[in-house]
Amino acid sequence: MMLLSFNKGVSNVNTLRVAFLAVAVAFVAAGCSTTKLDDSAAASSTKAAPAPAPAPTPAPAPVKQVDSTPATPIDPLNDPKSILARRSVYFEFDRSSINETDIAVVEAHGRYLVDHSARTVRIEGNCDERGGREYNLALGQRRADAVRERLKVLGVSVSRVETVSLGKEKPRNTGHTDAAWAENRRADIVYK
Amino acid sequence: MNRTERISRLAYNRGNMPLFPADRDPPRSFRISASRSSSTPPQRPQGSLRARQLIIASVVLARAPFSWLGRRLAPAPAQLAAAALTMLGLLAGSPVRAQMTVEITGVGSQQFPIAVANFFSDSALPEDMAAVIRADLARSGMFRIVEAGPNPIAESAGVNFPDWKSRGADTLAIASAVRLADNRTEIRYRLYDSVKGNQLDGLAYLSSGADLRRIAHRIADRIYESLTGIKGVFSTRIAYVVQYSASRYELQIADADGANPLTALKSPEFIISPTWSPDGNSLAYVSFEKHKTVVYLHNLATGQRRAIASFPGSNSGPAFSPDGRSMALVLTRDGNSEIYTVGLDGGNLRRLTFDPSIDTEPVFSPDGAWIYFTSDRSGGPQIYRMPAAGGDAQRVTFQGDYNISPRISPDGKSLAFIARRSDQFQVAVIDLASEQQLTITDTVRDEAPTFAPNSRLILYATEVGGRGILALASTDGRARARLSGPNGDVREPTWGPFSK
Repeated sequence: MMLLSFNKGVSNVNTLRVAFLAVAVAFVAAGCSTTKLDDSAAASSTKAAPAPAPAPTPAPAPVKQVDSTPATPIDPLNDPKSILARRSVYFEFDRSSINETDIAVVEAHGRYLVDHSARTVRIEGNCDERGGREYNLALGQRRADAVRERLKVLGVSVSRVETVSLGKEKPRNTGHTDAAWAENRRADIVYK
Repeated sequence: MNRTERISRLAYNRGNMPLFPADRDPPRSFRISASRSSSTPPQRPQGSLRARQLIIASVVLARAPFSWLGRRLAPAPAQLAAAALTMLGLLAGSPVRAQMTVEITGVGSQQFPIAVANFFSDSALPEDMAAVIRADLARSGMFRIVEAGPNPIAESAGVNFPDWKSRGADTLAIASAVRLADNRTEIRYRLYDSVKGNQLDGLAYLSSGADLRRIAHRIADRIYESLTGIKGVFSTRIAYVVQYSASRYELQIADADGANPLTALKSPEFIISPTWSPDGNSLAYVSFEKHKTVVYLHNLATGQRRAIASFPGSNSGPAFSPDGRSMALVLTRDGNSEIYTVGLDGGNLRRLTFDPSIDTEPVFSPDGAWIYFTSDRSGGPQIYRMPAAGGDAQRVTFQGDYNISPRISPDGKSLAFIARRSDQFQVAVIDLASEQQLTITDTVRDEAPTFAPNSRLILYATEVGGRGILALASTDGRARARLSGPNGDVREPTWGPFSK
C-alpha cells in the first residue's frame, strides 16, 4: 500500500511533468514556427558566412531580463537551470511561514507571473503525517495561503492564484523519518 | 422491575466507581472480514485523475425486527425458590445488594467472572453465538471469561450452581436455539447468579436466521447491563475509512466488533471526518472527489447523498447538533479556517469564529449549549469552547503545546482529545468536573477518538507496525483492545448511536 501510495505520488508528478512538457512543446513549436521563417531567411542570407554562430537573437542582446520574451525561444519556466524549476517551498512542523531559503523561489514565480499575465497557478498545501487530519487540512490551507499572500505582495492578482489544501493525505514521501516529514511539509506551485 | 436492574442502578448511582480492573488486558485483535462484494458494484479500472469515476455504493441498513427486542423469560421452575428468597432479601434491604455493589465499586475492582456456555441447538447454527458474546464481554474490559467447556447447555437445563461457583464463574449464561415449524429460530437465553443461585435475566428472541450474530450482540448487551447497570454497546455500529491504495478509499460501516462491514462509499480520492447523525440514519463526511474538500450528507438506508457545504475554498469538519437539525463545520470561504453552523437543508449559514488563526474541528456538547473546537490562536493548537450560537471562547486544555480533535462524551462528563507530548500523539481524557487529565492509550500515533454511546469506551485510529488500525480504550484507561483488518489502512472511526 505504502509503495502504491508512493508510486501514485510519482505518477502524479509525472502526469504534471507531461502536462508541462506538452505546454512547453506547444510553446516551443509555436516559437519555432514563427522564428523558423526568420531563421531560414537569416540562414539563407547568411549562408556565405560560415563562422559566426547564427541563430540566437536578431535583436540586440543587451536586454538582460527574461521579459524580452518575444525573442526568447524557451519559456524560462521550462529551463531546468532556472530557479523557476523549483516548484516547492517548505515549512517547519506546525508552521506556515515559508522557510527563508525558499522565499527566493516564490519571488521568482511571482516575477514570472507578473510578466506572464495569462498564466494561472494552483498552490497545493501539504503536511507531514503527524497530528490530526482536520487540523492538518487547515494547516495545509494556511501554507498555501502563505504562498499566495507572498505572490500578491509581488503584484500577482489573487484571482490568478487558486489555493487548495491536501492536508496530510497526499504525502510525496511515505516514509516515517524526519527527512520524509520535512519533504511533506510543503506547498507546491502548480501551473495550470 | 427485577432485582438485577435495581441493584445495578444502585451500583451505578454510586458514581466514580472504577469500572475496570487494575490488571490490563493484553491487546486483542479480531478480524474485520471482507466486504460483502455482492452489495457493491465491482471496482472500476482507474484512469487519469480526472477520468476516474466515483463509485458509490449504497448501504441498506435493515430495520431491527421486533424480535430483537426479545420476550422476557420467566425464571425456570427450578429457580423459582431461589428467586423468591432473593426477593425477600431485597425487600429486607439486603446483603445481596451490598455484595453485588461491592464487586463493582470497591477499590481495585474486579472484572465480572462469567461463563458463557455453548448454545444448545437442534441444528447447526451458522454463527457461534456464544463465542460472539464472550468476545464482546471480554473486549469491554469488564468481564473475565471463565472456561465453560465444550458441551452445550440447554436453556431449560437445571444448573449446578455450586459447581459453577467453584469454577470461579459467579455468573453463567446459557441458551438454546430451537428451529420452529415456520423455519424461524427461537433463541432462549438465561443469565444466572451462581453465587446466589438465581436467575438474573431471561429472554427469548425470534430470528429469521440472518440476524443471529446481531441477536448475540443483543444478548451481550443484556448481560453487560444486567451486571454493570450500564447500557451495552455491542449491538451498535461504527463507521470508518479504509485506504487500500493511493487511489482507493472506502467508507465502511460495521458492527461494533468490526464484523459485517458494508461499504457506503468507494472513491479514488480521500474521505475524512465521517460522523453519524444522532438518529443513526446518515453519515456526514468530507470527500475530496471533486479535487477540493466538500461536506456530504449520506443517507445510509437509501444511499442518496447531497453536498451540505461546497463553498469556494475548503469545506470540512462536519458535526451534527444534538437535535440533528443543524451542523457545525469549517469553511475557508471568507479567508482562513473558520467555524460556521448551517441547517441540514443548507440554509441559515452562520459564522461563529472571527479569528486570523486556525479554528477547526467543532463538536457540540451533548446538551447543545457549547461548541468545542481546536484553535491555534494562542500559538500551538489547543482546545477551546464557545457558546453554540457563537461568542467568547474559553481555553479548555493547558497541558502541552499541541492538543487537537476534541470529543465530548455522550454523558457530557468527559473530554477526549489527542495530546502531543515529545512527538507522541496519544488519546487523553479530561474529567470536566475535576479537570483531571489522563492519557488512556499505550499507542503513540493516535488520531480521531470517538466515544461509545455509553461513554465507557473510546475507539480511535492509530498506527501499529506501519499500518493504520482501530483500537479501543476504556475511558478510564484501564482496558484496551485492538481491531485489525485484513488489509488497508483503517482510520477516521466514528461510533454510531445506540441501536433502536
